[in-house]
This record gives sequence, C-alpha cells and structure tokens, in this order.
Amino acid sequence: MAVKVRVPTPLMKLTDNQSEVMAEGATISAILDNLENQFAGIKERICDENGAPRRFINIYLNEEDIRFLEGESTAVKDGDEISIIPAIAGGA
Amino acid sequence: MGHVKGLICKECKREYAKEPIHVCEFCFGPLEVNYDYEAIKKVVTKKSIESGPPTMWRYEDLLPLDEPPKVGLHTGFTPLIRAKNLGKALGLNHLYLKNDSVNHPTFSFKDRVVSVAVSKALEFGFDTVSCASTGNLANSVAAHAAEAGLKSCILIPDGLEAGKILGTLVYGTQLIAVKGSYDDVNRLCSEIGANHDWAFVNINIRPYYGDGSKSYGYEIAEQLGWKTPDNVVVPVAGSSLITKIWKAFHEFEMLGLVDKVQTKVFAAQATGCSPVTTAIKNGSENIIPVKPNTIAKSIAIGNPADGYYGIKTANTSGGYGEDISDEEIVSAMKLLAETEGVFTETAGGVTVGVTQKLIQQGRIKPDEVTVICITGNGLKTQEALADCFPAPEVIEPNIKGFEEVFANSLTV
Repeated sequence: MAVKVRVPTPLMKLTDNQSEVMAEGATISAILDNLENQFAGIKERICDENGAPRRFINIYLNEEDIRFLEGESTAVKDGDEISIIPAIAGGA
Repeated sequence: MGHVKGLICKECKREYAKEPIHVCEFCFGPLEVNYDYEAIKKVVTKKSIESGPPTMWRYEDLLPLDEPPKVGLHTGFTPLIRAKNLGKALGLNHLYLKNDSVNHPTFSFKDRVVSVAVSKALEFGFDTVSCASTGNLANSVAAHAAEAGLKSCILIPDGLEAGKILGTLVYGTQLIAVKGSYDDVNRLCSEIGANHDWAFVNINIRPYYGDGSKSYGYEIAEQLGWKTPDNVVVPVAGSSLITKIWKAFHEFEMLGLVDKVQTKVFAAQATGCSPVTTAIKNGSENIIPVKPNTIAKSIAIGNPADGYYGIKTANTSGGYGEDISDEEIVSAMKLLAETEGVFTETAGGVTVGVTQKLIQQGRIKPDEVTVICITGNGLKTQEALADCFPAPEVIEPNIKGFEEVFANSLTV
C-alpha cells in the first residue's frame, strides 16, 4: 500500500525538505508509524502521547477529514492521498 | 504605532519574529501578536483615543502594524445603537446593538480584519492577497486589494448568495468557487499556500488579521462610556471574533481604561452548523466537526480553527452557547428590522434569535447591559427572505387605485 502524504511546512525539516513523501500502511495509524520509520521524530510532532493526532493538526484522506471517517483506524488503499495540515487557519 | 515585539505561540509560548507565519513550528498552536504593553501603557489613555480619528484607527497603538495603515482608513467606529424597541420586544431594559452592517467599505465586520491584513501584506511586500471566505471576507479582501493596488485571488464554497458573489467580482479579482463547504475551501487554501507566495489573510497573515477584530470590542467599551457590558452575544463561525472581543475588553482593563471585566460572553450559532455551541452545551472542550447545513452561510464553518478557544472564552466568562433553527433566524431578522430599522444578514438573525432564547432561559436578565453583535448587512443575503413577503401591489397612477389597495392592506 503506497500512498502519497503531503507534509506541512513546519515538518519539512524532518522530511529532507520534501512537501510530499510516500508511505506504506493499511490504516492512517500504520501510515504514521511508517513515516516515523522513514523520518525519525515526525510522529511525536503529529501525535500526542496517546498516539492521537494533536489538537492543532488535521489529517485528511482524499480531501476528507478523517474525523468524518474512522479516525486513525481509517483504512487506506493504494493510490490514496493523505494531507497533514495545521488546524489553525481560516475564519475570523 | 509600532508596539509589536513579534509573534508568540498561544500554547507553548515559543517566540517568533514578525513574519507571515501563523502556526508554531513545534506544537502547531496558533501564533499571536506579542505586544509591548509597557510601551503601550505610556501612550494610550482615554484622552489619546478620544482625540483619534472616528475610525478603528483611533486604537492604532493596540493594532499590529509597524507603519501607518495603508488601506481601510475609514473602517470602524460603527454605531452602538441603544435598542429600546427591540429591548421592549425582548424584555430587556438596557439593550444595545453594535452595528457593523454599516461598516466601511463592504458592510461587515470583516473590513476591520482586512484593513489590518492588507496593510500588513503591503508591509511584508506581497503582491497578491488571497483568502478562504464564506462571502463577507471575499467582499472585503477584493475591495481592499483594489485600494492597495494588489492582485487578489479569492476562494469561496460554491452556492453562496448572489450578493456576496457580485459584491466580490465588482472589485476586479479572480474569484474561484470550490465544490464543497467552507472547510473544504479552507483546507485547499492551506495546501495552495505551500506553493504560492501570497498573503492569505486568514492563513499566513492570520495573527495580524485576527487582531483587527479587537477594534470591535474596544468600540463597544468606549461607546458604552468606557464600560464593558454585562453580556455580549457574538456570532460564531471560526471563533476568532469571540476571543478577540474578550481580549479587547481585558486589554482595556489592563490599561486602566475600564473597571474589572465581568462580561459574560455568549456564543451564537445556527443549529445547522453548531460545533461550538454543541460542545459548550455538552460541557466538552473538544470540537466535533460537522458538515454545515444552514441559511446562515456566512458563519457556516463546521471545523472552526479557534473553536477550542471560543468554548474556553464562553466558559471562562460565565457565558454560554446557544443555537437556533433557520426559521428562527428569519424571524429574528424580521424582528430586528421591524423594531429597530436595521436590516442584518443571517448571522445577525442568529445573534438576535439566540439572545431571545438566552432571555427565556434566564441566562440574560432584564436589567443587565446587553450588547448584541450585528456583523453583516441583510442586503447581501436577500435569498434568506425571498419567500417571506408578497410582491408589492401594482396600481394605476390614480387615487382610486391607491385607496383600493390601501384599504385592502389595512384589512390584512
């Protein structure tokens, strides 16, 4: 299962300055673990000590917020695209 | 002017230089403007403010620009209306409306944030401004970009009201409608921002932009005679305005311009998009995002960026959150127009209707000083009232025709 993951600017220092990386795994959780294997230290930036995405991080699978799906246990398949985006944007 | 030390993370307090950035690199918390309050204390007094221009720029020392404002010089200092008729209808003896439906130049409170954001974009040297908008922000960014001589590219959800679309296009901008809700547009803008070196007013300029809203709170306090109200009812979308009104009141307290703030802050949403009021009612501090479905499109944000802080503001202040149906929104818009002669957009229907509900619940009491926030103009959301009124009678230009119709209407 290879999926494309878009990484927010503050995390690009950990991904050799790449804004898009490939990762493998059958669920969002597995993808995050795989990212950690590739880019040590990235998971603790995205997730809290319980492994859940931090309050100020949103994760999208193919443009849908994973909170509308099954959260971190949402299944992913080949060719899917994941975006990790800071939650603080928009509104006034 | 020029009292900004830098930016600071609202969560972990890490400090950053004055740059077009909006989140903490470490915890992803929101960055806020870090003011030099000691310097501000030395220059800001009631007298210094009162001798300033009749615009939001009378509070320039408390706004995040390093240079004098370059656009939006006539924005703000909108009327605080003593609403005796609406107060009588609702059972309140000291009711006020803070009426930004007549804000300059695009008739919503967004002119406050955008005049700051576009002035800041010019300071940073950007040549293009952009935003994700539910309509009012689109109008204001397009107008201020035109004034600034900057290019603009504006993204909105498809299906917005005709007045909001035309009221953006007229200024000469590229307007793009995105299939989906505001939340889809907002996510897309964050992604576009990674590849385009633009000033996204509510993304990378957001720390500065948001503080433009403080002027709405300063004006309420000054116009009440340097007092903060007992209650303020605020429309909530992304939850920024509600936190900035609270911040404004507390800055005035710190500067000795008002007594101790005891204002209860109430969040108002449409039931069809109420992630913030739902969390408040459930006693939760976590937002569960929703898919918006309401006529109050200007505040239809299902995944509010500052939702967590909006909840905290309402709770800390001793306020609450309530929401009303689309039918109640329309009734409240009509009630406000019929009692006070103020035609607000759907979001203003939300605050008026929610106030009514809070009174019924006993949370707002008759003798308390209450301010309802009216943040947008009804002429922009005419679709909301399209089916409410029959077409006017058409008559021949003679007395007989008139008397027939007039008598008829009296029998209704």
